[in-house]
Amino acid sequence: MDVALIQRIAPFILEAALKTMQLAAASLAIGLAAAVALVAARMSRQAIWRGLSAAYVSVIRGTPLLVQLFLVFFGGPQLGLNLTPFQAGAITMGLNIGAYMSVGLHGAIIAVEHGQYEAARSLGFGRLDTMRLFILPQAAPLMLRTLGVNTVILTKGTALASTIGVVELTYSAQRFVTSTYKPFEVFAAAGIAYLIIILAIMLGIRGLESLFGTAERGRV
Amino acid sequence: MTSAAPMIRLRGIRKSYGSHEVLKGIDLDVDQGRIVSIIGPSGSGKSTLLRSVNMLEEISHGEIWLDGVQVNSALTGRAFETHINRIRQQMGMVFQQFNLFPHLTALENVSIAPMKLKGKSKAEAEALARTLLEKVGLADKGGAYPARLSGGQKQRVAIARALAMQPKAMLFDEATSALDPELVDEVNLVMKQLAAEQMTMIIVTHEMRFAAEVSDHVLFMDGGVVVEQGPPEQVLKAPTQERTRGFLRKHLAQ
Repeated sequence: MDVALIQRIAPFILEAALKTMQLAAASLAIGLAAAVALVAARMSRQAIWRGLSAAYVSVIRGTPLLVQLFLVFFGGPQLGLNLTPFQAGAITMGLNIGAYMSVGLHGAIIAVEHGQYEAARSLGFGRLDTMRLFILPQAAPLMLRTLGVNTVILTKGTALASTIGVVELTYSAQRFVTSTYKPFEVFAAAGIAYLIIILAIMLGIRGLESLFGTAERGRV
Repeated sequence: MTSAAPMIRLRGIRKSYGSHEVLKGIDLDVDQGRIVSIIGPSGSGKSTLLRSVNMLEEISHGEIWLDGVQVNSALTGRAFETHINRIRQQMGMVFQQFNLFPHLTALENVSIAPMKLKGKSKAEAEALARTLLEKVGLADKGGAYPARLSGGQKQRVAIARALAMQPKAMLFDEATSALDPELVDEVNLVMKQLAAEQMTMIIVTHEMRFAAEVSDHVLFMDGGVVVEQGPPEQVLKAPTQERTRGFLRKHLAQ
């Protein structure tokens, strides 16, 4: 084991890790927006929106992320869609994780007892107020959990973006392997970098969870 | 009989789930200040009827009126949303499972509707909520979250919450059915107090003795129809229909 090598490449690994975080952050932003739109559509009174939302989720969940990445990055130019690797990666992974997130968020909302909805409506609250004041605050802990899990999955999934040429952790690691012929040290260093990022995310989620508390206050 | 039009008027109420008709044409008038109890076996449609008064259940046919305004109006879309929200603000509802908001304190449960829907200031709404909590005997529980309250206390907070909108009528859907027997009285007492204050009420209940005590009028429902109705001393003490007699016999034997 060549410890000196790990020390030498550490600054570069760090830089690549930063790119991974940027890619994850951009994908997360797109994913959250997509998820909110998909949940809103899923809960629409109009069947057409509900159908579109369900169809979208089926297509995304029914095809590999890698194929989606290739489709957008390599197939996009055929349709006049010329994206940089980073753009293609962020958009595709964002739209992908958004589908998964929407399923979790919708689940968190319908897990709130129906009686809560009825109580609010019987007082005369409209649909949006009911959602905002009563349902979402109770769904929040479960939502945070599902968002946390998906953020972790998304962040690890950014490694796939190396296949379309985004110079992130995995891509950089592969380059170091070809120049050093020390795959064990290089991939171990990359793995540690991923682990640190993931642990930081989980810590952040736990912080948010303690901030939002549990749905039922006053229960010890 | 204070005014010409009844506070609540139901005409020809029908409701079906698929091919199964659960309400088969119900008429009911409840005058201002009157108390109507609906009794009947489970599956008779009594809860469905009550829940259709404020349209938590959509009906298939018929008319629902509150204080001269048609509840199931012909409006559609957003206009209907606005209309039904306004109607519901004038009708309090109390549920079997209480349905208090668990993320809010008792005081917040009671004050949130007048604050958000009637534009009352926080201070105003909380003062009102305190008065109502005191009225239901829970002046000291304002800061408690529902998880800290007993079933009877929860239901009394739920009644206070409904009263906070100063409704024209109250709907009770088996308000004491989920309570331990020793907690039933404290809720019944609050309901009797409302009755004494001339609140218009429709009560779906399993408690024959309570129905006999507070009601002006009793409906016995079975199979989606009103089998028998009249003053409690008649329906509960001297029923003319065999189905009513059978139901009461079974119920009192329990």
